[in-house]
Amino acid sequence: MDKAIFLVLLLLVVVIAIINPRILRLQVLRDILMMSSTKIIMALGMMFVILTGGVDLGGGRLVGMAAVVSASMLQTADYVRRFYPNMGQIPILLPILLAVFVGTLFGMMNGLIVAKFKVPAFIATLSSMLIIYGINSIYFNMAPNNSQPIGGLRSDFTFLGSGSIGFVPVIVIFAVIVSIIVWFVLNKTVFGKNVYAVGGNPEAAAVSGINITKTLVGLFGVCGFLISLSGVLEAARTGGATNNYGNGYELDAIASCVVGGVSTTGGVGTVSGVIAGVIIFSFINYGLTFIGVNPYWQNIIKGVIIVSAVSFDIRKYVQKK
Amino acid sequence: MKGLYPGKAGEAREVMYVLEMNHVSKSFPGVKALDDVSLKVKPGTVHALMGENGAGKSTLMKCLFGLYSMDEGEISFNGQPVKITSVKEALSLGISMIHQELHLIPYRSVMENIWLGRYPRIGGPKSPVVDHKRMYEMTASLLKDLNLTTIQPTDLLRTLSVSKAQSVEIAKAVSYESKIIIMDEPSSSLTENEVEHLFTIIRSLKARGVAIIYISHKMEEILKISDEVTIMRDGKYVGTWPSSELTTAVIIKRMVGRDLTHRFPSAESNIGSELLRVEEYTSPNPRSFKDVSFTLHKGEILGIGGLVGAQRTEVMEAVFGLRLHSKGSLYVKGRQVHCNSAYEAKKLGMALLTEERRATGIFPVLSVQENLVIANITSYVNKSGLLNAAKMAEDTKKSIKDLDIKTPSARTLIKSLSGGNQQKVLFARWLLTTPEILILDEPTRGIDVGAKYEIYVIMRELAAQGKGVIMISSEMPELLGMTDRIVVMSEGRVAGIVDSKKTSQEEIMELATKYVG
Repeated sequence: MDKAIFLVLLLLVVVIAIINPRILRLQVLRDILMMSSTKIIMALGMMFVILTGGVDLGGGRLVGMAAVVSASMLQTADYVRRFYPNMGQIPILLPILLAVFVGTLFGMMNGLIVAKFKVPAFIATLSSMLIIYGINSIYFNMAPNNSQPIGGLRSDFTFLGSGSIGFVPVIVIFAVIVSIIVWFVLNKTVFGKNVYAVGGNPEAAAVSGINITKTLVGLFGVCGFLISLSGVLEAARTGGATNNYGNGYELDAIASCVVGGVSTTGGVGTVSGVIAGVIIFSFINYGLTFIGVNPYWQNIIKGVIIVSAVSFDIRKYVQKK
Repeated sequence: MKGLYPGKAGEAREVMYVLEMNHVSKSFPGVKALDDVSLKVKPGTVHALMGENGAGKSTLMKCLFGLYSMDEGEISFNGQPVKITSVKEALSLGISMIHQELHLIPYRSVMENIWLGRYPRIGGPKSPVVDHKRMYEMTASLLKDLNLTTIQPTDLLRTLSVSKAQSVEIAKAVSYESKIIIMDEPSSSLTENEVEHLFTIIRSLKARGVAIIYISHKMEEILKISDEVTIMRDGKYVGTWPSSELTTAVIIKRMVGRDLTHRFPSAESNIGSELLRVEEYTSPNPRSFKDVSFTLHKGEILGIGGLVGAQRTEVMEAVFGLRLHSKGSLYVKGRQVHCNSAYEAKKLGMALLTEERRATGIFPVLSVQENLVIANITSYVNKSGLLNAAKMAEDTKKSIKDLDIKTPSARTLIKSLSGGNQQKVLFARWLLTTPEILILDEPTRGIDVGAKYEIYVIMRELAAQGKGVIMISSEMPELLGMTDRIVVMSEGRVAGIVDSKKTSQEEIMELATKYVG
């Protein structure tokens, strides 16, 4: 029963592959993996929040902000419509760190609001979703850019998203490194264990002297960090950015986590599950287009997948009285 | 047996008691839960704490464990006065508590649960990385010390039985180097063999000089495992005796031996034909109720007595259709009926006043009127499909007057009323559905004496109108003073049905413990 939804989705993968076996070509699979990479990083961030029984609804907008912030400072010198016409060639790390720093800060703010004011995570992050989008749009609308899509990105930046070393895409290397670090943090560090404890039984955690506020601020911070990192890479991968980047990505991330076995009631979830969830979800996304399913129908199918994943999940954890 | 503990100046010094709680008092709004209670526990002994439901045992232990703050009184630990204001302080002093609801994290391993918040780390106490190898070894040796070799440090908690999970909690308490371990009804969900195992662990803890405060209703268990017994009654201290001087009968006498000072409205019961018959109601959960049968007549007030955990609420919720039953039949006025939801129960003329007024009774942020009409709301829908506001207001006004509900207006939010008046609103809510069978679960809990009397008067009036009333109550005087007959339950079964006029507190207590232990 635990793996029922997983098996159903694998079946769907098989069906897609049977309808159009060309999806199994190495080149296509590599594309799917590249598409999955930023989503894996984002979903791993989202997992931290879901492990405590919450969600981060502002995630998608944070992707947009990180993409715009980093892209706006990493355009080539000869590009016509530059965000900062007079900016020189700055070290690539600077804008990336700035974008990720802002994202982490927003995440920690969410954590503080959830911990201190006892605001449910979905309300706190709903507010930050609006605030982040607002701030990002103001920035994006500044003269001389005036809400023009940001393009002409430096090749050293786009290399991070679409380049490859040999046959291995750089972005996939990013996803692998992030996954290993997240796995280590969750399984080998005190902080990681506290995340599971606070999510699994907050009362027991408190009675055992775990600092709940610190843990929540930390894990929301990690969530903000990873999501904004995925935003930066998304800009690098697509070679551009607008303030609407990432819109709705948080829902895909939540869905991937749930499909990958992260319990919405908190305390249960693994890195490998999330990765599998993202890849399966991306495969289905890509595959449905590949076999020519109407995009409206794709939404319906995705909706059915999410609701069945969650109801399977709830059945596992809620006992009938 | 005396323990050896370092004194203030650092020199070794013997203390008679590892714990002394003196003159402890604690009030909640409207109730004095503890009134000048004392408890003295010797090191290396099992000290049983006994009393009826609501005698104040749990409150006293919550004061000791830092969950409640005392209004008055002092605690001394190892001969030194201490102030305990948080659980963390209690734990670091060496006081642990095994709760009835175990405080464990289901999807984590045994070792992670034990060392929660205190994980050993690789490279010093400031390091962020957990030392799994050492944690495993520490856990393995701890479990070995306690002879819990069937539990592996890496087992997931959710895969363990209740008994093993409890052993993990005990191991955790030991790992804090606790001098006192409080066990609240530790045997309530264990089988006989598991209880024997628990006792083995307790004896090994005693041998290490750990004192156990043992809360239980099970007389035989208490007499078997404890060295001393402290008895409480109505929030007051009755006394402390060596277990060797006690028998079950003596304990019961000292637990219930109070004067019936409460007053009840006197009335002649006029008992009529059968209203409700429950036959062999059995829960699908083997730990819940089993083969429960009883009848209720018109004009009768039927009491349901028993200890906490006797499954009284569960049976009544099953009758009302809120819980599943795997076996049994239900008859209303001699006709067999099926009732699998509150909706059906309402149509059968039943009403249920739930035990948890705040959790399952009132809608705190709605007005008195909205709270009053909610169970009867469909009857106010007029032909055009809208609610008849005038009729609702009229019924509300009448209810407020009939039950003498003290509220500034019908629009006042119910949360601002006193407990007694909230309860009257809930009564009125169900009376608007014109029920014939009223099930009242602890109707006077947390209500001051004056309001209690008014509730009693309402119950009497309802019975006089020919309705049948079932009252679950943990208060012995109320059961004896208000009811016509009492169904006494014990461990999910009916231990006996007695005539309230002819029975005694002692007989009820004996029945209540009939299947216990």
